[in-house]
Amino acid sequence: MAIYIDENTQVLVQGITGRQGSFHTGQMLAYGTRIVAGVAPGRRGQTVEGVPVYDTVAEACSRYRVDASVIFIPAAGAKDAVLEALEAGVGVVVCVTEHVPLHDEMLMVAAARRKGAVLIGPNTFGVVSSGKCKIGIPPNQVFVPGPVGVVSRSGTLSYEIVANLLAAGIGTTTVVGMGGDRIAGRNFIEVLQDFENDPETKAVVMIGEIGGTAEEQAAEYIRHHLTKPVVAYIAGKSAPPGKRMGHAGAIIERGRGTFAGKVQALQAAGVQVAGLPLEVPELIKEVI
Amino acid sequence: MKLFECMGKDLFRSQGIPVPDGEVITQAAQAAGVLERIPAAVLKSQVLSGKRGKAGGIKFPRDAAEAVAQAGELLGQELQGYQVEKILVEEKLTIQHEYYLAITVENSMRCPLILASAAGGMDIEEVPEEMIVRRPVDPVLGVSEYVGREIAWRMGLSGEPSKQFAALLPGLYRLFMELDAELVEINPLVWTGEKLVAADAKVTVDDEALYRHPDLPRVEEKTALEQKAQAIGLSFVELDGDIAIMANGAGITMATLDIIQHYGGRPANFLDAGGGANVEQTAQALELLLATNPRVIFINIFGGITRCDDVATAFSQVKKTRGIPVPVVIRLVGTNEARGVEILRETGIEAYRSMSEAAAKAVELAQKA
Repeated sequence: MAIYIDENTQVLVQGITGRQGSFHTGQMLAYGTRIVAGVAPGRRGQTVEGVPVYDTVAEACSRYRVDASVIFIPAAGAKDAVLEALEAGVGVVVCVTEHVPLHDEMLMVAAARRKGAVLIGPNTFGVVSSGKCKIGIPPNQVFVPGPVGVVSRSGTLSYEIVANLLAAGIGTTTVVGMGGDRIAGRNFIEVLQDFENDPETKAVVMIGEIGGTAEEQAAEYIRHHLTKPVVAYIAGKSAPPGKRMGHAGAIIERGRGTFAGKVQALQAAGVQVAGLPLEVPELIKEVI
Repeated sequence: MKLFECMGKDLFRSQGIPVPDGEVITQAAQAAGVLERIPAAVLKSQVLSGKRGKAGGIKFPRDAAEAVAQAGELLGQELQGYQVEKILVEEKLTIQHEYYLAITVENSMRCPLILASAAGGMDIEEVPEEMIVRRPVDPVLGVSEYVGREIAWRMGLSGEPSKQFAALLPGLYRLFMELDAELVEINPLVWTGEKLVAADAKVTVDDEALYRHPDLPRVEEKTALEQKAQAIGLSFVELDGDIAIMANGAGITMATLDIIQHYGGRPANFLDAGGGANVEQTAQALELLLATNPRVIFINIFGGITRCDDVATAFSQVKKTRGIPVPVVIRLVGTNEARGVEILRETGIEAYRSMSEAAAKAVELAQKA
């Protein structure tokens, strides 16, 4: 088990011929991901890393069973690409693209709901079921199977913490990038719920940051519905109010979304909050 | 991007939402001409701050002479960090009742949310929860008049105000959608006894969607260095410390600032060099760091989409071409790490593998400098 993707997942890469698309197709294949096809309009008949390229998702899906699609398309075309995958019936759509307009994101989420599909992102590093399948852009070496599920708003910070866990001998079931935008296709609560239902996951690491109320709402959910232990790390303790810290969602506005508020809410729900990324493995060891 | 009230009102007018009659002036003497046409007028400083009334940015002149004098006081004055460069002179409304109406993006429901209240005129945060109507919108269904009637009923409106409210809401939603807005807010929405009029306009457009709105005038809130960073596609915030920071990814950049602070250091900036930054962008990012005149530069890279060798190459280029006058601490792991470490070694720098050790070293060097 794992969530969303596993060793049988067949993957499509949209935007496979671009700089990022082609590079990460190679990296995903090296990890063992079963990539069956790629899409790049006007490039039908080419191959990238041995993967056949088609003009449309519809044609790729008529030739292969496609369980998941990953999108490496610039922001202006991301909505089109996500809707194309959803309409073709792809069950898990991972949108790596950053800088996607908010209104496009709302429409993507509404469309995914109607199709009953899992949308991950946008502005995500992707999702990895360790040792089974990697979809997205994280570096291969840190994802080794183990008992911990990870859900995060940030890519590189997740690699940091997953690497710290690994250095302490602790592997992961699935590592999910929610994405750093205000709107996430799959949010903390939904991913926590999915980890709760995954028998292999024994504990969850939640990596949040300042801004918005997603961590506070997750804390409320954890308090009432989660039986598995959760360890959290929140980035942005030193961030000044009113300044957007890189991620669209990472901003303290009108006194809301502060570091202190999030830590307090999580602690009140019984979550252990690490002061530094390095402390996460120690706290996990205490609970599993 | 926040818009000035006068820009928001022009947009409201284009959607058929009633706004007060008025004109924008940039020189005090112009107030006299407007007062001739609109004798009962109000002067409203055009700044991006919400609390300008309390800060003295709104005046009610008795006649044209007083209007000119007051406009003279307001223009050039600083209001909550913003310089007043223009004033909206508009008709003073007869107020029978003040309502609140806004459309925003709700993060957890991930859809547009209409907020309305019969208690308008004050900050919505101060309105008791039971007085606020919240109505999520399915973006596929949109907002037509029945939604307005439903909300008006829940607000306790009836008769003419209810009818006008229902007529005005679809226009506000259309504006919200067409503008790629994060927020459109009317507070207060005034009932004059005859008409519902938008007495204020607060509009924020999604920065990521600005490319779809080339005709919209740009309103700038950033510092000069922040603007330069934006132009080269980097996410940069100036802070007041002395350790210049560059990392890749917003989360790890925030964590890097946090860890510097944890060890007793003071970050000079937030700089997320982004996922997938290439050699040239990374070199530009380094130039930007040097412009903050730091005591130490700390680069923290966990390469995923960013490749360690690209960062190392950029660093070596900048070092060779313009020189780097302050100590540099680099932590480098992830994609193409071995090659990156090798390139750095050629420039005489030994990369760290641990973020904590590297951060502690950067703080130590800054304290010595």
